[in-house]
Amino acid sequence: MSEDDERQQSPPSDLEFVSNKARNCNATGSGSGHPELQSTYPDQVLENVLENVLHFLTSRRDRNAASLVCKSWYRVEALTRSELFIGNCYAVSPGRATARFTRVKALHLKGKPRFADFNLMPPDWGAHFNPWALAMAKAYPWLEKVHLKRMSVTDDDLATLAELFLGFKELVLVCCDGFGTSGLAIFVSKCRQLKVLDLIESEVSDDETDWISCFPEGESNLESLIFDCVECHINFEALDRLVARSPSLKKLKLNRYVSIGQLYRLMVRAPQLTHLGTGSFSPSDIAGQGDQEPDYVAAFAACRSLVCLSGFREIIPDYLPAIYPVCANLTSLNFSYANITAEQLKPIISKCHKLQTFWVLDSICDEGLQAVAATCKDLRELRVFPVDPREDNDGPVSEVGLQAISEGCRKLQSILYFCQRMTNAAVIAMSKNCPDLVVFRLCIMGRHRPDPVTGEPMDDGFGAIVMNCKKLTRLAVSGLLTDKAFDYIGRHGKLVRTLSVAFAGDSDMALKYVLEGCPQLQKLEIRDSPFGDAALRSGLHHYYNMRFLWMSSCRLTRHGCQEIARAMPRLVVEVIRSADEEEMDDVVGTLYMYRSLEGPRTDAPKFVTIL
Amino acid sequence: MSSENGKRLLETDAGGLNFEATELTLGLPGEPRVTSDGGAKLGSKRGFSETVDLKLGDNNQEVKLGHSLQEAAKSPVSKTQVVGWPPVRGFAKRGKKSCKYVKVAVDGAPYLRKVDLEIYNSYQQLLTSLEDMFSCFTIRNYLNEKKIDQVNGIEYMPTYEDKDGDWMLVGDVPWQMFVESCKRLRLMKSSEAVGLGLTTGPKYASTN
Repeated sequence: MSEDDERQQSPPSDLEFVSNKARNCNATGSGSGHPELQSTYPDQVLENVLENVLHFLTSRRDRNAASLVCKSWYRVEALTRSELFIGNCYAVSPGRATARFTRVKALHLKGKPRFADFNLMPPDWGAHFNPWALAMAKAYPWLEKVHLKRMSVTDDDLATLAELFLGFKELVLVCCDGFGTSGLAIFVSKCRQLKVLDLIESEVSDDETDWISCFPEGESNLESLIFDCVECHINFEALDRLVARSPSLKKLKLNRYVSIGQLYRLMVRAPQLTHLGTGSFSPSDIAGQGDQEPDYVAAFAACRSLVCLSGFREIIPDYLPAIYPVCANLTSLNFSYANITAEQLKPIISKCHKLQTFWVLDSICDEGLQAVAATCKDLRELRVFPVDPREDNDGPVSEVGLQAISEGCRKLQSILYFCQRMTNAAVIAMSKNCPDLVVFRLCIMGRHRPDPVTGEPMDDGFGAIVMNCKKLTRLAVSGLLTDKAFDYIGRHGKLVRTLSVAFAGDSDMALKYVLEGCPQLQKLEIRDSPFGDAALRSGLHHYYNMRFLWMSSCRLTRHGCQEIARAMPRLVVEVIRSADEEEMDDVVGTLYMYRSLEGPRTDAPKFVTIL
Repeated sequence: MSSENGKRLLETDAGGLNFEATELTLGLPGEPRVTSDGGAKLGSKRGFSETVDLKLGDNNQEVKLGHSLQEAAKSPVSKTQVVGWPPVRGFAKRGKKSCKYVKVAVDGAPYLRKVDLEIYNSYQQLLTSLEDMFSCFTIRNYLNEKKIDQVNGIEYMPTYEDKDGDWMLVGDVPWQMFVESCKRLRLMKSSEAVGLGLTTGPKYASTN
């Protein structure tokens, strides 16, 4: 079985090597001029050629396809795969992975399901990096890069990475937890070749260790240092010195404990930056009133290569004009921590002609979105987050903003939009105006809310999206939705790989439509929707093709889930209990199931029952 | 869905906060999994706290949501608030206007944590959140490894250092005054607290 779950194959079983395929390989290899060695020499030539050719194959889907051609191709592909991606750390064991792929230089692992981010899963559920770290240390001492998402990483794991992998260069931790500044300190002090340390939306505990000072002295190879999520004070002088001795530094994202005055000093040191996270973007408390303010505009003007700007964690909007000089070059702007108004946004956004990615708070209102639509003709990705995520009736952004964006930003590919109200008309308009949409995630924060103008459910809007946006692979639905919406999704959402459903649907039919209609479905996450065991049964033909299914607060029973577990031996069916549920309750609080070659995991905590 | 680790939260009485309720039966911080700045936030990855049924301290108090973000998991704003909805990761940090972070030390623990006092509205909320942070999981370990006889774990008294550098018992002054004057928190072992004369019950912990 391939570690890549995104390929479209029939239910993966252990690889079957068909002998006639091998014969074909022999036949095509002939013509070497040595008839007595015909059965072995062409094979070897072929394998050598193959090895050289396959080195160029980078896409993991292509590699998975190549590995299924025949035994020879399987073997050579395994030898030449240098970047290993595992979408669910429990789908395959570290031992199995290292046995098949022997020359891996980069590991990309994902752990917990996404709904864990929203308090829907108790902590200590699992996804521990530790067994992987230990296995890699034995199998790939030359490992250079580790990229983890939603994994639990300890300080010891960080020490392992730094101590046992001499050439280690890149560590990227996204939505991870379990470690602290003391782990970081050990890691940076021992990892002499470090080029990239990116901590993104991770939880880092404050052990009061000054990790920034622990970078070794002398010129550093650092190209990227991202720590905007780290909620601890840092030693600024040490950071300043570090930046000064990192001539290759291109990406620097500061946390909110760095004041704008300190930012200025760093920018002057590193005008070569391409990606900048500005930190707090406000003065520190101790700045004297009479002090001369540095020339922030000049500092930004000097950063001629800056294309990606973020931060603004505690913004004082008076300082915004400082960024004017870089606006024209920006392709990515993240204002999602900046509580600014439309008026404050307009002078900035009107200069951002090249913007492709824009993250913002709904404090800019529909008016701000209209300004975005007027200028950002190249926009590919938009995310609008709520400042106040309560389920009120009034919200600052609505269908008006969405309509404006759809009319102005025709090249839009990805949208995440939180709002209090939305009409079918605006969603339909977007489906027609933005045919390139690949990701459509609409979150109407009021649960079960219908179209406020027509009183209708939101079925037709989402129906239009799946019908008109032919490239759509990711969809998140919300608002009042009947089974009809899911009928549309099943009929038209033929490329949908990820679907998120919350507080939607009327009956089991809704889930049936989706499970029977969407052949590419990989990740299905559902909460608080009236789907039961019958619906679950309707997906039996497809579950081996999926990375996971999550269903919480639905209508599943234990014996219904048990049926699935019995019918599908390669599926791990986890029932996750909340504290007040008895172990033998028939009602299932949370179901999380995923295909796996390893059977039930041995590190499951007490509140998880594997059926 | 309800709270993680079978928290004692459910035992604390909704109505009044008596002294027993302010005593924290805590263990060592152990795995640094929980939020470093106080409790599980709605939309944060950590903590499995349930919002709807939490009866935290004074239900009668109007929760002021003047500054843009209030951490919904800890403020009983409306009955319709649900765990993990809307699905915004770490939203409690977005657009936040003010925050007051203080360090929390627990006697005997190697790690400090930080809490943002601004996100709470009452002593009860704060203490509940501290209980979350120093999770029961570690109590079990602690009990197993150190072979403590007490079934309930170790008793701690919440104390704080105020602007003048004095160590006070948490709950002695009205909540807002506490927020303004608190510089750091320390969960002191009861035996030590006795020695410092901090044994009189808190005056304000049961109100707000």
